[in-house]
Amino acid sequence: MNENVSLADSPSQPPDMGHKSLQVEQFSYDNKSVQLFAFATIFWSVIGMLAGLLAAVELYYPGANLNLPATTFGRVRPVHTNAVIFAFVGNGIFMGVYYSLQRLCKARMFSDKLSRIHFWGWQTIIVVGAVSLLAGYTSGKEYAELEWPVDIAITFIWVIFGINIFGTILKRRESHLYVAIWFYIATWVTVAMLHIVNSFERPFSWFKSYSWYAGVQDALVQWWYGHNAVAFFLTTPYLGLMYYFLPKAANRPVYSYRLSIIHFWSLIFIYIWAGPHHLLYTALPDWAQSLGVVFSVMLIAPSWGGMLNGLFTLRGAWDKVREDPILKFMVVAVTCYGMATLEGPMLSLKSVNAISHFTDWTIAHVHIGALGWNGFLTFGVLYWILPRIYNTPLYSKKLAGTHFWFGTIGIVLYAVPLYWAGFTQSMMWKSFTEEGQLKYQFLETVTQIIPLYITRSIGGTLYLSGVLIMVYNLYKTVKAGHLVKDEATSAYPLPKAITTHGKEHWHRWIERRPVQMLVLSLVAVAIGGILEMVPTFLIKSNIPTIAAVKPYTPLELQGRDIYIREGCYNCHSQMIRPFRDEVARYGDYSKAGEFVYDHPFQWGSKRTGPDLAREGGKYPDSWHYNHMMDPRIMSPGSIMPNYPWLLSNEIDTASTAAKIRAMQSLGVPYRSGYDALANTDLQTQARGIREQLAKDKIKTAPNAEILAVIAYLQRLGTDIKSVKP
Amino acid sequence: MKFINYLEKITGVDIYAMSAFGIFFTIFIVMAIWAFKADRQLLTKINSLPLDNQ
Ligand code: HEC
Repeated sequence: MNENVSLADSPSQPPDMGHKSLQVEQFSYDNKSVQLFAFATIFWSVIGMLAGLLAAVELYYPGANLNLPATTFGRVRPVHTNAVIFAFVGNGIFMGVYYSLQRLCKARMFSDKLSRIHFWGWQTIIVVGAVSLLAGYTSGKEYAELEWPVDIAITFIWVIFGINIFGTILKRRESHLYVAIWFYIATWVTVAMLHIVNSFERPFSWFKSYSWYAGVQDALVQWWYGHNAVAFFLTTPYLGLMYYFLPKAANRPVYSYRLSIIHFWSLIFIYIWAGPHHLLYTALPDWAQSLGVVFSVMLIAPSWGGMLNGLFTLRGAWDKVREDPILKFMVVAVTCYGMATLEGPMLSLKSVNAISHFTDWTIAHVHIGALGWNGFLTFGVLYWILPRIYNTPLYSKKLAGTHFWFGTIGIVLYAVPLYWAGFTQSMMWKSFTEEGQLKYQFLETVTQIIPLYITRSIGGTLYLSGVLIMVYNLYKTVKAGHLVKDEATSAYPLPKAITTHGKEHWHRWIERRPVQMLVLSLVAVAIGGILEMVPTFLIKSNIPTIAAVKPYTPLELQGRDIYIREGCYNCHSQMIRPFRDEVARYGDYSKAGEFVYDHPFQWGSKRTGPDLAREGGKYPDSWHYNHMMDPRIMSPGSIMPNYPWLLSNEIDTASTAAKIRAMQSLGVPYRSGYDALANTDLQTQARGIREQLAKDKIKTAPNAEILAVIAYLQRLGTDIKSVKP
Repeated sequence: MKFINYLEKITGVDIYAMSAFGIFFTIFIVMAIWAFKADRQLLTKINSLPLDNQ
């Protein structure tokens, strides 16, 4: 596969504008940055998947966390998601962009120094992020868990990356911008916007903050972010990579360039509006939900256009695909893209969502995307790039083929059991007996799917084994070759002025000004995005408040922060949808006005455990005490982790005043000067719970964290419960 | 208690969503027309850019 590697090839043709006097310029491509990002993506893929595997095993064997806070499911799962998204895929994006952008622009990256700052800055963010998540510093918002100092660092490094790509585009030697570049730019602008808007937070200590938004708003912003993070971090940059590396690997141009342009514009146009499909049947306003559904369904068109464009590129070359593991990876990647983007709109239909939401179905869906689309495309690109920048053939094509089969079977063994689990559990949740009683206890619906969880982790192990085979293969390849740090090449510069002949059509005018067009359209996208968010900010004062809903007491607030720290939201929802079974199981369905003091919101997205929105008053304090110490005492067969340290850790009362002040500044109506008195109230309430526990012969330290957690759990949902007996 | 549709109570809130939609949609249409009008040769040329140099 590597026979046509030529490093210093001759410039193709002088620019078509008739300036024969231009001199060919000699320059080189920076392969060092590509190599660094490639190694990083390999390294983090292994780490991220190991974290995922640990999380998967913990779901049937909670003891796998060794009873340490850092390794409990609630903390490992965010490490897994952040590592695979921002470390594995993130570095994969940068690897592909640094390689292809230089070649498509016929120019070296704008600045070697910026490339290096970008690389080391990003890796530092990853390490600090992972350590802080394991230590329990989290904003409590999925895929945006990193705390405020890290958020600022991300913004800074993202700007560096932006300067580097725009700088390269400006000094390019090729007048036309290939479609991949449009995808990269859309990625850059949109991710910047998403990250900044979603990260508005109010710090109250050097590493902790509260989300600026509350309740419904917070949920809307978060899922606008979450959905578009999938769109603009996991999809658009990878489509850019597909449009560059698939033609490269197949050695033929993309099937239809026209289609690729339509694909690009319709995709970014429609994606932006689909976010609310994560919040169907919640307390989100109906019109926003419907908008989300309509645009989600429309998404099928551009997504499938893109997939077909990719697959048709290989028309008449299927014999090549059979031979070449790189193309095999890419074909499966593109197919998985198609499957995931067909399933996504389907899951946005209210009737399907009613079944799928909060179950493992969602997890299966995202892994078709993550393992199939992102994973396989990254592997294909890695197998393609590394031999080239090391100027040596791949060590073993056969091993790459083995990797392909491990990966493919891994995906099937991963996804099928989870689809099954999701469907089974949902059906069990919704079953009633003839007398009209719920047929199953929640716990029964958990133990039922344990074998499927075990199979899933076998699938994951297989997939990871494939990755390890790749690591070995690429290690051998790199050992045998030698990095061509600066790849010499040459090209004609762009002519200074462009002459035109005859009548100009408006679309010619556009074609001549790619950069201006780019900037214009991106400004438009940004304005559109901001306008879309404005109503969300406006409703702040307009959310109907329920008189009975009061701010959390200081003890409850501390308990809520512990709930966030331990990542309970990774297994528990706090959002009862208006369905017969949910109301029967959990109580009155959730109302928007109940969440007005929730910074951040904790609706959750997955019910590995039952919903907790109306947990308050359901059990005595002592039940919670024993359950948190070891859930299996109260619920034999439970897969919830033990939290023994909550019994001995002391509540951080030193932070109470700062937390109250932060909440006040966000509009939570504690009376002025309350920050100074808060700890007194906290002690009083804690003493009350201690006395309750003492009645059941449980002795606790006066400031044990468990008291705060119990206070919070007993408070959940009671504002409304107490109104209606 | 019913809390659906409370956004409608802010006067003129739809103007924001409508303008955002308008901006997006206009760009989309302009680009779609461009894609269909653009010169075939030019498209072929741009399309072969990735294969242009190694
Ligand atoms: C690995 C997923 C997981 C995590 C993480 C988790 N739980 Fe659970 N939780 C469960 C499961 C499963 C059940 C149902 C079985 C049982 O009662 O233990 C449950 C049950 C509960 C219940 C009883 C609910 C009821 O009404 O019967 C409470 C309360 C609870 N969890 C609180 C918490 C808190 C607080 C945290 C964080 C400190 C937490 N859970 C973290 C899985 C989890």
